[in-house]
Amino acid sequence: MMLLADLFFQFALLFCVAFGGASALLPEMHRVVVLEKHWLDDATFTHLYAIAQAAPGPNGLVVSLIGWEVAGVPGALAASLGMILPTGIMIYVLMRHWHRFAGARWQQSVQLGVAPLAVGLIFAAAFLIGQSAGLGWGGTILAALTAVALLKTKWHPLWLIGLGALAGLLGWV
Amino acid sequence: MPSRPATVSMPETGAQEQPGGGGGNSPAPVTCRQLFLGFSSVGISGFGGVLPFARRMLVEERCWLTAEEFNSLLGLCQFLPGPNVANLSIAVGSRYQGIRGAVAAVTGLFGGPLLIVLLLGLLYDRYGQLPQAQGLLRGVAAVGCGLLFGTAWRMALALKLKRLFLPFTLAVFVAVAVLRWPMPVVMVGLLSLSGGVAYAYLRRKAAP
Repeated sequence: MMLLADLFFQFALLFCVAFGGASALLPEMHRVVVLEKHWLDDATFTHLYAIAQAAPGPNGLVVSLIGWEVAGVPGALAASLGMILPTGIMIYVLMRHWHRFAGARWQQSVQLGVAPLAVGLIFAAAFLIGQSAGLGWGGTILAALTAVALLKTKWHPLWLIGLGALAGLLGWV
Repeated sequence: MPSRPATVSMPETGAQEQPGGGGGNSPAPVTCRQLFLGFSSVGISGFGGVLPFARRMLVEERCWLTAEEFNSLLGLCQFLPGPNVANLSIAVGSRYQGIRGAVAAVTGLFGGPLLIVLLLGLLYDRYGQLPQAQGLLRGVAAVGCGLLFGTAWRMALALKLKRLFLPFTLAVFVAVAVLRWPMPVVMVGLLSLSGGVAYAYLRRKAAP
C-alpha cells in the first residue's frame, strides 16, 4: 500500500513539471525510478521504454508500464492516475477561464520561455536512453541513422522501429 | 502555439458556429459512450504520439470541435504541464458531459493501449531474459534514442529567438543529463529566468 501511494505521489509530482509532454520527462523518470528509488535497473528501464515505444498509444504509457513492473496491475493504475489526475484537475478547472488569460503578456512569456527548456529536456532524454541502453558502436550508428531518417525522409517512425528490432534481433546493436 | 491552417469544413451540426474558440455556448450533445469510443480509436491508432490522430478525429471526422476551438484548447493543454493528449481528452470530455465525460474520454484514450502494453509487459517478464529478446529491445531502444534526438533537433530549429534562448536549452541539458539535478528544481529555476527574459523581450517589443 505504501508502495502504491509512493508510485502515485512520485508520478503526480513529476507530471506537475512535465512541460513538453511525457518524452521530456524521461530523464527525471530515470532519475527517480532508477537512481533514487531503485525500483528498476538501467536495463529494465530502457527495455520498458522500448516496449512502450513499439506499442500504440500516448507516449505517457511508459508510466503505466513502469508502475506495472514495480507493483503489478495496481501499480500500473496508481502510476497512471498519478500521471493524469493532478494536471487533469487543473485543466478541468482552468478551461473555463482560459480565454481570459490566453494572450496575456505573462502567459506569452511563459510559453516563449518554456519552449527552449522542453528542447533541452528531450535532448537529455535521448542522451540518457542511449547511455542506459549501453549502446555500442552498432547502436550508436543505428541511432544516428534514425535521427537523420526522421529529419530528412518522410518514413513513418514505425518502419524505423521495425528495422531497429530486426537489427537488434540479428545482434548488430 | 503553432498556428495550423484552418481549412476544415464547418461542422454540419452548428451551421452558425462562431469562431473565437473555447466559449461554451451549448455545443451539440455528445454522449459519454461516443466520447469513450472516439478517444479509444485515437488511442489505439497512434504510434509514437497520438496528437495528429486526435485532431483528425475531433475536427475532421466527428466535428466535435472547430479548427479554432481545437487550437485554443490545445494551446491550454500545451501551456499547462502534464500529458498533453490526456489533458486534451479531459478538456473535450468535460466540455460535453462534465466529470463523467472527462472520465469516459480519458479512459477511452488509455484503456486499449494499456491492455496492449500490459500484455507486452507479460511477455517481457516471461521471455525478456532470452538473448534474442534483449537484442530486439536494444535495437528498438537505439531507434527510440535516435527518434528523440531527431525530435529535439527539429524543435530546436523551430525555436524563436535562438541566440536569446538556446543557452537555456544547453543549461537544461547540462543540469538534467550531466549533473542529474532534480527536474522540478531545475524547471522552476530556469523557467523563472527564461520567462523573465521572454517578458522583458515582449515588453520592449510592445513599447512604441
